[in-house]
Amino acid sequence: MSEILAVRDLEKTFGSLVAARDITVSVPVEQTVGVIGANGAGKTTFINMITGHLTPTKGTILFEGEDITGRPSREICRRGISRSFQVAQIFPSLTVFDNMCMAAAIARRRGGLFGSIATPLHSEAAIAEANATIDLFQIARYRDTPASTLPQGVRKLLDIGMAVVGWPRLLLLDEPTSGISIEEKFDLMQVVMSALKTRRITVLFVEHDMEIVGRFADRVLAFYDGTVIADGTPHATLDDPRVQELITGVRVTPRPAAGAAHA
Amino acid sequence: MALIGRWIGFTDAFALVLLGGLGAGIVAALVGVLLARYREIFFAMLSLALSMILYGVLVKTESLGSTDGFSVATPTFLGYAPHGVALGLALYWLTLAVGAISALLIGAYFRSVAGSLAAPIRDSEIRVEFLGVSVTGIIHTKVIIAGVLGGLGGALAALTIGHVDPNMAYWTTSGGFVFVTILAGAGSVAAAFVGSLAFEALRSLAVDVMPGLWQMTLGSVLLLTILFLPDGLGSLAKRVRRRAEAKP
Repeated sequence: MSEILAVRDLEKTFGSLVAARDITVSVPVEQTVGVIGANGAGKTTFINMITGHLTPTKGTILFEGEDITGRPSREICRRGISRSFQVAQIFPSLTVFDNMCMAAAIARRRGGLFGSIATPLHSEAAIAEANATIDLFQIARYRDTPASTLPQGVRKLLDIGMAVVGWPRLLLLDEPTSGISIEEKFDLMQVVMSALKTRRITVLFVEHDMEIVGRFADRVLAFYDGTVIADGTPHATLDDPRVQELITGVRVTPRPAAGAAHA
Repeated sequence: MALIGRWIGFTDAFALVLLGGLGAGIVAALVGVLLARYREIFFAMLSLALSMILYGVLVKTESLGSTDGFSVATPTFLGYAPHGVALGLALYWLTLAVGAISALLIGAYFRSVAGSLAAPIRDSEIRVEFLGVSVTGIIHTKVIIAGVLGGLGGALAALTIGHVDPNMAYWTTSGGFVFVTILAGAGSVAAAFVGSLAFEALRSLAVDVMPGLWQMTLGSVLLLTILFLPDGLGSLAKRVRRRAEAKP
């Protein structure tokens, strides 16, 4: 498999605080990579550097063989890297369809100084693309609902859909299941992951629920203190003693506590 | 614009109006570099500050007539030089033509990606940036378009009145446009015309009925609009349409 993303010796410091260091990762095309780690371990910093939201202090990021280190986020987006957000970034004042159509029209717009002015919002192609993506993410029954009134799960699906509608080749999901109840998490991830498989998108997703990571990732990166401490199959990473000690916690067989029985 | 007519004797109305739009567009492009970085009250205050500087400079410039301003040369129309009623009529048609062409162009702009990004930018700038669009670029474009429209309007007003003075650059002039925007609501070309008409009608009526209290009347209407029609007159049409759709 060919390599879509190659990160070498990535480092990000904020003053004396080291948010990320010595990150070297290579991701092959169409792999689904889970990213785990405690809060502040550097997961979001890692994603923010790839998407151009933060400029790395050191190191290089290659996307499809080209250096994108420190490029502005909108240029990186146009090259084919898209992302979703921990808190869904949608347009509450528009309907689901208008949200999606806006994203589709932007992705299809002509380049140049007047590209955004010369491209119509409701072109046939953009409308078709928006409807196809709404169907793909199974939110068609909310098509004409204002985004401000959507249930949390649908907001998340819309957010990810808007990132996918422009046919990116690499997608970064920052906690796709945050704010979602445990009962809904699996169904949501099922919809997202099958949609992304259909479009053959390479995925990096940050996730705290180890069951979801184990089920949906082909490979897991474990972050601790700004760097990657384990990288391998979900099984290998989740069984790694350091990962268990520092991130997931060692599994202990539950025993009834002495006092609890009488409480 | 007015100066060209006065100094070099160039009085063609078409060219002068276009120059007015072009000149204001260039000024907006320069000022926009700074303005496009700010949002909401900071944007409003900064643009107000810039207009106050312009007003101050105009008042202090004696060669431009200080607070008295100066008169504008009578315009000609591609060699045709009407007087009296014919002049008024010619200016009327010119204004109508400029208004109609601007309305068509702005209508097309509102249907484009750039024109429909206003609400999305207000909702989530982060999402817009991560869809690959420069938010600053879109806002800068809007400032330039506003500048061109303002320049066209200003040129037409100068030709029609035949005189310009610093009061046209005083903040109450901008206040009038803000009033129209609140009354009309944003994002609709038709609503802007209806809003302007309503504003002028209201002001004339208020001055006529209660000459001493016309500002209070205007203020009350503004307050009522904000309270009961926060999205302006344009939203009224939408509301009626929605009600019609609900009734099978």
